[in-house]
Amino acid sequence: MKMFVCIKQVPDPNTAISKLDPATKRLVRSGVSLVLDPGDESTISAAIKLRDKVGNSELVALSMGPASAQEATRRALAMGVDRAILITDPALAGSDAFSTAQVLAAALKKEGADLIFCSTESTDGYTGMVPGGIAEFLGIPQLTFAREITIEGQKAIIKRVIPKGYQTIESTLPAVITIASGSYEAIYPTMKGIMGAKKKTLTQMSLADLGIAATQVGEAGAHERVLSIGKAEARAAGQIIKDDGNAAQQIAEFLQRYQLL
Amino acid sequence: MQSRLKSLPPARVAGNFSNEASQNTRLWRGSIAMVESPHAAHQAQMPVVTDLYNIDMMLSDEERMVRDTVRKFVRERISPIIGEHFEAGTFPRQLIPELAALGLLGMHLDGYGCAGLSAVCYGLACQELEAGDSGIRSFISVQGSLAMFPIFAFGSEEQKQLWLPRMARGEAIGCFGLTEPDTGSDAAHMRTSARRDGSSYILNGSKMWITNGGIADLAVVWAQAEDGIRGFIVERGTPGFSTSDIHRKLSLRASITSELHFDDCRIPATQMLPGVRGMRGPLSCLDEARYGIAWGSTGAARACYEVALEYAKSRIQFERPIAGFQLVQQKLVGMATELVKAQLLSLQLGRLKDSGHIHPVQISLAKRNNVREALHTAREARSILGANGITLEYPISRHMNNLESVFTYEGTDDIHTLIVGQAITGESAFS
Ligand SMILES: Cc1cc2nc3c(=O)[nH]c(=O)nc-3n(C[C@H](O)[C@H](O)[C@H](O)COP(=O)(O)OP(=O)(O)OC[C@H]3O[C@@H](n4cnc5c(N)ncnc54)[C@H](O)[C@@H]3O)c2cc1C
Repeated sequence: MKMFVCIKQVPDPNTAISKLDPATKRLVRSGVSLVLDPGDESTISAAIKLRDKVGNSELVALSMGPASAQEATRRALAMGVDRAILITDPALAGSDAFSTAQVLAAALKKEGADLIFCSTESTDGYTGMVPGGIAEFLGIPQLTFAREITIEGQKAIIKRVIPKGYQTIESTLPAVITIASGSYEAIYPTMKGIMGAKKKTLTQMSLADLGIAATQVGEAGAHERVLSIGKAEARAAGQIIKDDGNAAQQIAEFLQRYQLL
Repeated sequence: MQSRLKSLPPARVAGNFSNEASQNTRLWRGSIAMVESPHAAHQAQMPVVTDLYNIDMMLSDEERMVRDTVRKFVRERISPIIGEHFEAGTFPRQLIPELAALGLLGMHLDGYGCAGLSAVCYGLACQELEAGDSGIRSFISVQGSLAMFPIFAFGSEEQKQLWLPRMARGEAIGCFGLTEPDTGSDAAHMRTSARRDGSSYILNGSKMWITNGGIADLAVVWAQAEDGIRGFIVERGTPGFSTSDIHRKLSLRASITSELHFDDCRIPATQMLPGVRGMRGPLSCLDEARYGIAWGSTGAARACYEVALEYAKSRIQFERPIAGFQLVQQKLVGMATELVKAQLLSLQLGRLKDSGHIHPVQISLAKRNNVREALHTAREARSILGANGITLEYPISRHMNNLESVFTYEGTDDIHTLIVGQAITGESAFS
């Protein structure tokens, strides 16, 4: 089986304080340390687990980004992905979720994928629209918020997280599966994995390789525009429950209200 | 030399006052003088405060990945629990399988299930581990550099096959017995003896201050044999071999330190390390471990500096952050400067080791400088945190106390002074 995992390099959420550029209204990505999206680390881990369970399969990491995103793909290789593809092209700068999905789908079509893993959303942009876009462009089903995945023949069966539990759903292959955050613990690359990563293949693709015109993507092809940016509302003070004998009851009700119980 | 200097491009220190006023303001704010090249008209970005000399740029992708992976592991798996272990005086044994799975045990050895990391990668890993705790770094140093390395370098093929893969997997833990109750710095005069008896050796004596001793499945023990100092592999459970842990330590509390006792302990002669005789054996192990310590201590220093800097920026006294007081800034700048120096020293030491051109005197110089400065940094950081600095809520006192051991073991600060002193003067001042 040919499996793909779509990954992204983002400003390190552990060190960078995200800043928005008032002129471009976009996230500032220069002058901060860039890392493989921690959410993608969990998704990669889920994909590796499944690849090993299914057997006889190849797992490829696919990323779109500047040349510096190589480092993120190397990390995926060190974690255990078999090979990686980086789509990089100067014309891609400023691409929106629509073009990103279009470009990734073109590469996936070219490669021929049976199963495509994505995180639910990236840790920097949080649009959450790319996985759905990929499925749409490829004309295949999308299974979302998976916390458990099994493959049976030509079917994917997932447990899908919903507010009060989970649904079990199945679909035909090929399919896009998004992983529910927190469902898979990220594995660490091992020292041997890191040493072995440089021996694995990392292919670069340009827009020309995918037959996409520069005008369709990037700043020029963007369908979305950020109109304005504003400050988030300050968090309201929390609710303090004084124990007058029925605090436990009140806490339980509070949790129930948010469907946490 | 002269001609090389002349051919360098005319670098100029910006911040001379011929620049525009706005440029000067920026320089004052950034408080860093940038070297302007003829091609780069704009000022470089302010580097991150824990890497003021952009050493990150001098590392390869692979080296950065090793560092970042170990850093993440330390942040997620070690930092949350280490304070409790320090307080309880216990080593977090449950982490051994995870450290092994990461490939950190014997990471700089090649083959036999080891990862085969470069010296720089090994150093970076030590740096990150010790940013967590010197006790964890000590565990790794002892396992890899003091127990696995002598088997790797001086062991027979059978010994290597038998022990190294298991040790890399964390299924067998090793310790290194050199120091004795009566011989520390003067290890060459050790009393522990190994008497040949047919196809066996009989060991007598005791070893003191042995890291990992109480949990070790095997001890690499150095003893006086008829033909000089020899190394022996002694397995736990061998009759005549026992260990007892040393308690009431106020330093390296999250690490096990033990005594090893040998009372007519008979081991097969095949458990002697055939490849080395004399003090060169233990000393070459110490060179490996000291190398890791030179790097490791910079991690502890960085952790203390980071915490002190954050604290100083947020602690308000006399209606302003204490970071705004000159005396506090002086301490922070001193810490930042020494950190940069120690990092540069470590990296060049690593490059020398990877190129095969390292000399022990270089290791001594770096171990001495970096541990000494880390200890000083920890003490300064402690003072910046005031009363908070003495608690286990912050990592500083823990690092400070740990570094007292690091200052002493693997050659005391004094001994390294004498090693470098002898090397540069040609005069030995040891005895
Ligand atoms: C936590 C911990 C873990 C350890 N782990 C191990 C281990 O795993 N294996 C192992 O073999 N050992 C281990 N050691 C022992 C350590 O290596 C010794 O403590 C160290 O070598 C110093 O020996 P000593 O303590 O006997 O001090 P001494 O050698 O007695 O020195 C006492 C003081 O005298 C100074 N001094 C000694 N000789 C001279 C001289 N010629 N000139 C000037 N000053 C001198 C020293 O610098 C020191 O300040 C460990 C120690 C500690 C604290």
